[in-house]
Amino acid sequence: MLASIVTSGLAVGAIYALIGVTYNTMFMTSRVMSFTAGQLGMVGGVLGSLFVLRLGLPLPLGLLATLLCAALIGVITEFVAVRPVLKSLDQHLYVLSTLALAIMIQHMVAVEWSTEPQPFPQVFGVAIAGIEEKFWLPVLTCLLVIIALEALYRRTMVGRAFLAIAEDNFAARALGLPERNLRIASYALAGAIGALAGFSGGLLLLAFVANGPLLNFYGFVPVALGGLGNNRGAVVGGFGLGLFQQAANFLVGGIFASVAVFALFIVVLLLAPQGLFGAPATRRV
Amino acid sequence: MTESSPTVASAPAAPARKAQGHVGTLPIAAIFLAAMLVPFVSNDYWVLIATRAAIYWILVSGLNLVVGFAGQLAIGYVALLTLGAYTASVLVAGNATPALHPYAALAAAAGVGAIAGVIVGLPALRLRTFYFAMTTLGFATIVTQVALAWQSVTGGGIGLPGPALPAPFDTAGGFYAFCLAIAALCTWLTSNIAHSRYGRALVAIRDADVAAEAVGIVKSRLLVTIFLLSGATAALAGGLFASLQTYITPEAFTFELSVLFFISILIGGRGSILGPLIGTIVLTLLPEFAAPLAAWSTFLYAALLLAVVLAAPGGIAALLDSESRKALPAKRSIDPRPELLRALLPAPSQPAELALGGLALSFGGVRAVDGVDLTVTSGQIHGLIGPNGSGKTTTLNIISGYYPQDAGTIHLAGEALRPGASETRCRLGISRTFQTPRIVGEASVLDNVMMGATLAAKSGFVAALLGLPASRVDEAEARERGLAALSAVGLSGLANVRSDRLQHSELRFLEIARSLMSRPAFLLLDEPAAGLSGEEIARLAELVTAIGQRGVGVLLVEHHSDLIFAICQHVTVLHLGRVLASGTPEEIRVHKEVVGAYLGS
Repeated sequence: MLASIVTSGLAVGAIYALIGVTYNTMFMTSRVMSFTAGQLGMVGGVLGSLFVLRLGLPLPLGLLATLLCAALIGVITEFVAVRPVLKSLDQHLYVLSTLALAIMIQHMVAVEWSTEPQPFPQVFGVAIAGIEEKFWLPVLTCLLVIIALEALYRRTMVGRAFLAIAEDNFAARALGLPERNLRIASYALAGAIGALAGFSGGLLLLAFVANGPLLNFYGFVPVALGGLGNNRGAVVGGFGLGLFQQAANFLVGGIFASVAVFALFIVVLLLAPQGLFGAPATRRV
Repeated sequence: MTESSPTVASAPAAPARKAQGHVGTLPIAAIFLAAMLVPFVSNDYWVLIATRAAIYWILVSGLNLVVGFAGQLAIGYVALLTLGAYTASVLVAGNATPALHPYAALAAAAGVGAIAGVIVGLPALRLRTFYFAMTTLGFATIVTQVALAWQSVTGGGIGLPGPALPAPFDTAGGFYAFCLAIAALCTWLTSNIAHSRYGRALVAIRDADVAAEAVGIVKSRLLVTIFLLSGATAALAGGLFASLQTYITPEAFTFELSVLFFISILIGGRGSILGPLIGTIVLTLLPEFAAPLAAWSTFLYAALLLAVVLAAPGGIAALLDSESRKALPAKRSIDPRPELLRALLPAPSQPAELALGGLALSFGGVRAVDGVDLTVTSGQIHGLIGPNGSGKTTTLNIISGYYPQDAGTIHLAGEALRPGASETRCRLGISRTFQTPRIVGEASVLDNVMMGATLAAKSGFVAALLGLPASRVDEAEARERGLAALSAVGLSGLANVRSDRLQHSELRFLEIARSLMSRPAFLLLDEPAAGLSGEEIARLAELVTAIGQRGVGVLLVEHHSDLIFAICQHVTVLHLGRVLASGTPEEIRVHKEVVGAYLGS
């Protein structure tokens, strides 16, 4: 039992962590938490199934097409739902504009694709050490994404520019960084990361439109646990959440597992409002 | 079932009475009258649609206080509708408990909804808006999951029958009358709240939370009360919804409904009752007239939401508010009448002291305030000056409780003040204004000033909810005092103007009027002369002097040294967080270090 809690817990945890990273990637350059994060994960699964199973593209090509489409959705998010409301961040209009866009994406998928879960293709079709692909693929993907992001942020000019904007938007602009282009780039990147979450978790979650709101919430919990904009916190929080959820599933059953997660979420928010690894609040007066 | 809310009927006939927010009582009554006619002029199908609209409005009326007034983005309220529907249905069916009578089940549903409303709202008490949005969304997700999984009680995906009401409410027309009566009741209750000090306080925590604390509004207590109320109306609506559906499954509660509720309010406009009511009716009817688009209705709602957010954040209410488009007189002046302060501030009572001892606070490595000693006595005008960054405003903010100090004490009349705890200061007699005026732009000038009378009210929430005489008396007194305060600071002509149309200098006097409403013993003024013309500064000087003569101790942070030396009895000079000098204006004017560090020669 323990082994299956751990394998399934780590697998869903990795997906949640990746959605958390998607939130963070958008947040870093815009200070906006976008409700499209979970939808991007859903879209990753749906497009993967569409390109590979329904249209019969070879898998690498299908993956590439999925990532490109999701990156495009990210860019559209920036143009439609983020840029127009950036001037008045304090009014939180972004909550509504990104929510509206997220619902539009979800509904379009529901109408044009299906409201029922659809199958997702095997990627490698091999088990590692007796663990099925659907369990190890999300974990491996999550680790690779984190390593790639760390390399991007630490070793490349573009990545450092991202960090500079995240640290101090005004100063970064004063230094002449192309803030707007970097923001668009980060939204495209977030789109791809979100789609990777859905693609790598496709065998586990299937190509299912209802995954959107689910991932929106379960992907946000690690962000709340780890602190806004903190990728390492999101990964730790994601795996923690996955394990907690699966353990609760086995111990108290499906009815109360989701209640347990929700209760955990509220309790952590109340006890550690800035997340377990977050920075303290800024001055108001 | 009449909608003429007593707050309107009984308010005294003040010179310019029409305050924002009261707009719409008549139209609301007209809408309900028209709604009563529906069964007589149409068939059962339209009665069904009208019933649905009434049920949605029962939910939206409560949600409106959360979203439209308090500005909390509760996007997942369909969860409370679901919860109410299942609670009522399960209790009537007797799946988990002995079967209850439908009325008792509806009441129980409202109770469960009230509790759930508070639990979901807990993060909103402390955290940024987005977290609350996410919690309500998460709650919507898990309620559906539980309804699906808990088969023995909820029937899982197969569902269970909704509660059937006994006669005379078992027919389409009878049930409609029942729902319409509850809808009217909810309108009346929420409109009473909206037009009371609680309504003003909700808007204040939305648009000016810092000022709200300064006038003694306790955000957490207020929000919990409102979450109780809106959770109850939402779950009650859920119970009725289950009745209307006759049979419920988790699929009946799509997120689309949440979006409908939410944009009804947004389209309707913030801080209005009529606007969201119209919004709810329009959005309920919309799919009936756009049948070919039925499959895309959610998409259209979302697109509409995006359009409203991007293009017309004011909603219908802004369109209805013709008053705010009338031009204000271009050449108007602020004419304070300090002699009116006598009525506003009580006779000087026992003199007291506000004493700071060794006050210190660091931000990171910067010692913003580094051991400040200072004493303000009753009736004294005490100037606090110093270069930028010397710690003046930070000192004020520590006294107000916005920052807890690292070290040192603040004593008021010998009693130590609790560090932090900004919402306690007003009750203790400390009032203040802000360097950047903190006002509710969408509320009238008078409403902003009346915010300052929050603590003067003797009646409570229930009295306000039911529009009891005690609450109306409080309201009338606050209005009277508010008008008096506005006359005293010279803004009486602008009482009913939206505050965001005022000039900067007028906002400074507006803040002073608000701070006088609580009859403060000590008044902290943070650069009140900044941005004022020479003439206005002279009038400010007169006003502040008169306030001091009424026995109020004034701590005045200012850069205009002329003003400081003209009206202060005592001046403290800060430099790098420390007291550089302290004494009479004459002593300070010639103090060598002060002249060197700050005043210049």
